[in-house]
Amino acid sequence: MSKPRPKHLDLTKIRFPVTAIVSGMHRISGTVLFLFIPLLLWLLQQSLATPESFEAFRSAVSSPLLKLVLLGLLWAYLHHLCAGIRHLALDLDCGTDIGPARATSKAVLIVSIGLTLVAGAMLW
Amino acid sequence: MVNRTVVGAHYGLRDWLAQRVTAVVMAVSTFLFLAALAGMPSFDYPQWKALWGGSLIRVATMLFLLCLLVHAWVGMRNIFMDYVKPTGLRLTLHAVVILTLVGYAVWSVRILWSV
Repeated sequence: MSKPRPKHLDLTKIRFPVTAIVSGMHRISGTVLFLFIPLLLWLLQQSLATPESFEAFRSAVSSPLLKLVLLGLLWAYLHHLCAGIRHLALDLDCGTDIGPARATSKAVLIVSIGLTLVAGAMLW
Repeated sequence: MVNRTVVGAHYGLRDWLAQRVTAVVMAVSTFLFLAALAGMPSFDYPQWKALWGGSLIRVATMLFLLCLLVHAWVGMRNIFMDYVKPTGLRLTLHAVVILTLVGYAVWSVRILWSV
């Protein structure tokens, strides 16, 4: 009767549905944001300390490398924010059926990447 | 209950709630900050410093940062609980995260109140 199914939680072999991808990216983006808190605090400090450090801050954030890092962090922030709003809706029992859950997962991916691209185009 | 191991028992609901309350505070602050940024006539040092001169924005930013630190603690702890099995290593990582976050809190106060 019972179908032989693979019984494992090997992350390298499991096929991830879009809901799982968004969930995993929520964790990854949160961890990345945690790791980059000191860079962001340091940039805030530099931007506010003195007129000279403000100029140093401006030239630092206009370097391509830091721009790319900040754009990556912006994406992480936007993804985490959008996925977080989705989570709050799920907590309120909104969109817990499989159809809406998949649709809102895709929406989280599209909205956060879209907003990152818009911000990137504006800031570059 | 016998054979108890070190797990995240008893404080689940409190942290679950804290994660959501801090998230809402940060989301609202993010939109308010974007509005304040959009209201700046130009992005230069005097304008930027003036934006941070008021007590409202300092207190609001400090509230945002404190929420961030609580939120980061719950999130990092959950990740460590899921993926770091050796208890000693996990508790060491917890301690490192707590100390780091407390350090960031002190640093944030210094940044905001030395403007």
